[in-house]
Amino acid sequence: MKSLAELEAIRNKTLGNINMRQDREEGVRIVVGMATCGIAAGARPVLNALVDEVSKRGVKNVIVSQTGCIGMCRLEPIIEVYVPGKEKVTYVKMNPEKAVRVVSEHIVNQQPVLEYTVGEAEQ
Amino acid sequence: MEGKVVTMNLVRSHVLICGGTGCTSSGSETLIAEFDAQLKKAGIEDEVSVVKTGCFGLCALGPIVIVYPEGAFYCRIKPADVEELVREHLLKGRIVNRLLYEEATGEREVKPLSEVQFYKKQLRIALRNCGVIDPERIDEYIAFDGYKALGKALTEMSPEQVIETIKKSGLRGRGGAGFPTALKWEFAAKQPKGVKYVCCNADEGDPGAFMDRSVLEGDPHAVIEAMAIAAYAIGSEQGYIYIRAEYPIAVKRLRIAIEQAKEYGLLGNDIFGTGFNFDLDLRLGAGAFVCGEETALMTSIEGHRGEPRPRPPFPAVKGLWAVPTILNNVETYANVPRIILNGAEWFADIGTEKSKGTKVFALGGKINNTGLVEVPMGTTLREIVEEIGGGIPNGKKFKAAQTGGPSGGCIPMELIDTPIDYDSLLSIGAMMGSGGLIVMDEDSCMVDIAKFFLEFTVDESCGKCAPCRIGTKRMYELLEKITSGKGEVSDIENLRTLAGSIKATALCGLGQTAPNPVLSTLRYFEDEYMAHVAEKRCPAGVCKDLLQYTIDKDKCKGCSICAKNCPVGAISGEVKKPYVIDPAVCIKCGVCEGKCPFKAIARK
Ligand SMILES: Cc1cc2nc3c(=O)[nH]c(=O)nc-3n(C[C@H](O)[C@H](O)[C@H](O)COP(=O)(O)O)c2cc1C
Repeated sequence: MKSLAELEAIRNKTLGNINMRQDREEGVRIVVGMATCGIAAGARPVLNALVDEVSKRGVKNVIVSQTGCIGMCRLEPIIEVYVPGKEKVTYVKMNPEKAVRVVSEHIVNQQPVLEYTVGEAEQ
Repeated sequence: MEGKVVTMNLVRSHVLICGGTGCTSSGSETLIAEFDAQLKKAGIEDEVSVVKTGCFGLCALGPIVIVYPEGAFYCRIKPADVEELVREHLLKGRIVNRLLYEEATGEREVKPLSEVQFYKKQLRIALRNCGVIDPERIDEYIAFDGYKALGKALTEMSPEQVIETIKKSGLRGRGGAGFPTALKWEFAAKQPKGVKYVCCNADEGDPGAFMDRSVLEGDPHAVIEAMAIAAYAIGSEQGYIYIRAEYPIAVKRLRIAIEQAKEYGLLGNDIFGTGFNFDLDLRLGAGAFVCGEETALMTSIEGHRGEPRPRPPFPAVKGLWAVPTILNNVETYANVPRIILNGAEWFADIGTEKSKGTKVFALGGKINNTGLVEVPMGTTLREIVEEIGGGIPNGKKFKAAQTGGPSGGCIPMELIDTPIDYDSLLSIGAMMGSGGLIVMDEDSCMVDIAKFFLEFTVDESCGKCAPCRIGTKRMYELLEKITSGKGEVSDIENLRTLAGSIKATALCGLGQTAPNPVLSTLRYFEDEYMAHVAEKRCPAGVCKDLLQYTIDKDKCKGCSICAKNCPVGAISGEVKKPYVIDPAVCIKCGVCEGKCPFKAIARK
């Protein structure tokens, strides 16, 4: 170790992976419905795509977590995005490509992807 | 270096399993294997990483498993539970409620650890990484700002500034006496340039104490980093960690940690390109209590029999191999990196006026949440026992708590609101000690407790000086006499006199503090001693020779169960009439008391 920069590089590389172990009160939460219906509809690849994209972009303060049945099985895979101080946004009929878009537009640029939201799908 | 780093891409969940000594002995190794197998079976082994960490603190409920990012806190997990955890929680995202930690109120829910009753009043500084990182991976330590404090000290601070920061923080030694850490460093730094040593005391000899072991098992790099900082501050290039060989897991993790730090160049030559060199080695002790005493410890590192020597000269002037040496406790060191990073003021804001920061306690004895807790100095004993510790089992009443182990004293019920800090404890005749905290309930006999600790010191006395070798033995004999019903009132005065002379004349801290458990129990429970000598009675019903088992003839229905179960045939009678116990034959085993369906047998 010849410099602080080297240390910082190791830190950054590892932190994204283990940051989820800290208790947090705030920060963005992305929750994926992983009940039988969700899994059957392809929720696992969506979950993995989200985790991958979040770490690839190095966005801080975001956790990707899973939950049981969200209650609209025909619209699975479903994900919910919780941004502190904002209303929850529910995305439906997700796939890995759409998930990547949600991370880049909603999480990074703070522009919800309206066309994937539950409101749009219902119309 | 690149190839060695474990990448964890795509990992969406972390399963943290405690690999401390407590949970390991309740089976966490097999749990880890079972998780690996079940994850593979479910085909999600690449998405979930299983991490073996240090101690979470709630040893009584081990093995403990925490699943992130949800932060679900599962207790007493058996291999048979793993399949369900994997299928429900990890595959389908459904929390397995029946395995969650249950609050005293009976509720089970997922909430941040900081809101669980056991953790609410805790503040983890020394234990900050325990149960959070994998102690065998230096990268995880670095991710949570590890070695940044060393980097800061070496590149931005002079050795004097490091000492000044520690001084302003108010950090005092956590090994027992509470000596200001910066003063020790300053003495050593002021000695002429030349070979100097930095040592770490990981002997941890107090019966029932396991704070230091847990820090080393859960976060070994914190101690290594701090020792490097100390070395920079005093101008040393070599350190030693003195650890008892009875701590195999801690030894193994330390070895791995030192190896990894060397590989990264965080130990060795020219650290951070600053020209600063520091190396670190382990020295294993055989587990003698006296080897925790600083001069004995250094004598032992030198390869001699671990016996103390008179001070002065103090180690900071003439220590290991007769050169300036500093010795600090594991927990003392574990605080140092945070102080350097967060600043002296941050630390000085925590705790009381003269006791800054936090203290780790190994909570044991008659308490529901046996385990490891870290609280700000000044937290009251009541908060620790009733809130964090979850109270006394079986509805019994708190009687006293012993701090400071065989060198310390007891805190009785009427002082349960005493804030726990160095000076408050001293003022009531107890002491902080290294952090053993043993809770006693109404069934504990204080004379018996004092005898227990004295037996320990008699055993552990190295024999070099007469007051300790002979004096503690004589005190022990007096206690034997009292607990066996042969005591006289004058024995109590004799105990006090002996205690006074041993304290005044023993060579080292072991002898000087050995009478404390007797003195402090005498101070608060003299009536209990008097009951033993004057009335030949043990109020708590512990001292066998003073016990009498009797059958209450009004309650006895004459069922004969007691007589049938008595192993020595001491009970006789006629069916349907009250039975009697012959005290000459009775061996006071207590079997009859347990068997009587009518609670007619009393122990007095
Ligand atoms: C008999 C005896 C046993 C001791 N055992 C320990 C021990 O196990 N661990 C420890 O850190 N200090 C122990 N000490 C205190 C050490 O002598 C020394 O004060 C301490 O390690 C200094 O570190 P600190 O200033 O960081 O507390 C013991 C002292 C005595 C007299």
